[in-house]
Amino acid sequence: MSKIIVVTSGKGGVGKTTTSAAFATGLALRGIPTVVIDFDVGLRNLDLVMGCERRVVYDFINIINGEGNLNQALIKDRRVDSLYILPASQTRNKDALTLKGVAKVLEALKKRFEYIICDSPAGIEHGAIMAMYFADEALIITNPEVSSVRDSDRIVGMLASKTRRAVQDMAPVKEYLLLTRYSAKRVENGDMLSVDDVTDILALPMLGIIPESESVLHASNSGTPITLDNESDAGMAYLDVVARFLGEDPPVRKKKSLFSRLIGR
Amino acid sequence: MSFLHYFIKEEGPSSALIAKERLQIIVAHERRQRDGAVTTQLDRILPQLQQEILDVVKKYMKIGNEDVKINVEQEGKYEVLELNIILPENELKLRHKKVHET
Repeated sequence: MSKIIVVTSGKGGVGKTTTSAAFATGLALRGIPTVVIDFDVGLRNLDLVMGCERRVVYDFINIINGEGNLNQALIKDRRVDSLYILPASQTRNKDALTLKGVAKVLEALKKRFEYIICDSPAGIEHGAIMAMYFADEALIITNPEVSSVRDSDRIVGMLASKTRRAVQDMAPVKEYLLLTRYSAKRVENGDMLSVDDVTDILALPMLGIIPESESVLHASNSGTPITLDNESDAGMAYLDVVARFLGEDPPVRKKKSLFSRLIGR
Repeated sequence: MSFLHYFIKEEGPSSALIAKERLQIIVAHERRQRDGAVTTQLDRILPQLQQEILDVVKKYMKIGNEDVKINVEQEGKYEVLELNIILPENELKLRHKKVHET
């Protein structure tokens, strides 16, 4: 039974696309057939983050409009076997997404993939609702910062009212919180909301904490999902997120102290 | 920032604590608006409920109109009806004695 997972946040720039790319790649690294869809019609970027921007010919909207078939639009990742990308259209706008059209494409994808990751656009308008509507589960991406936390709570409200599961009185969308751009040092100094602060306010199960890291920028610069850089702290954190999502219990990673780094252990 | 600033610990709560408190208030408020139907109904009966509780307590002890406070708060997925009655101190002692006597 395949699952549809929306990666959402309300606020922009918190790491939805980075997470969509990293999470989908992490699942595919386990050999699980996974597709990641860009719902940000008109402002597509998943292709860039995944490093396949020059291979886009047909897109999501073409498929909805019957201007091409799914196999023409799906881009197979060159690094990870069971990973595919469905890019958004860059020339249309969000109104090109219709419930009927999205349903049709998702139904077709369900036949081939175990996980369908929907990378939501920012905001709470049509595009974001289209991305979340058919979701079974949701990763809510939050930065430890007031505007992001407030917007995440708003999104939680929408998941409980605007999705198919809500409208059709099914079991609610299963929600997970993913805290990104976290700086333990700033939390220690009292300059940043802590993990406990955020979970206190949002009351969502925590799937993982991604540290603020230069490696995320390096990864997007080169079009490599951060989970392929398993040397980086953020890459390892995302791999742990995938493990936790799959029901495993990865050990807590201790940050290397300056001393152990000096002696190379 | 001056060099000295580095060594002087800033007074008052940390900015993270302020952020948390502000968020708790605004998020609770917005959740209440969001879950409109149920809450507006609760909000409507709240003043009447407060008056009736006040009347009942007044039967037994001397309290003022503002000594009964009633509030609905959102805690996670639950709504908590918070009731606060401030009892007059000497009245309490009196009642306490009576209980012991009987």
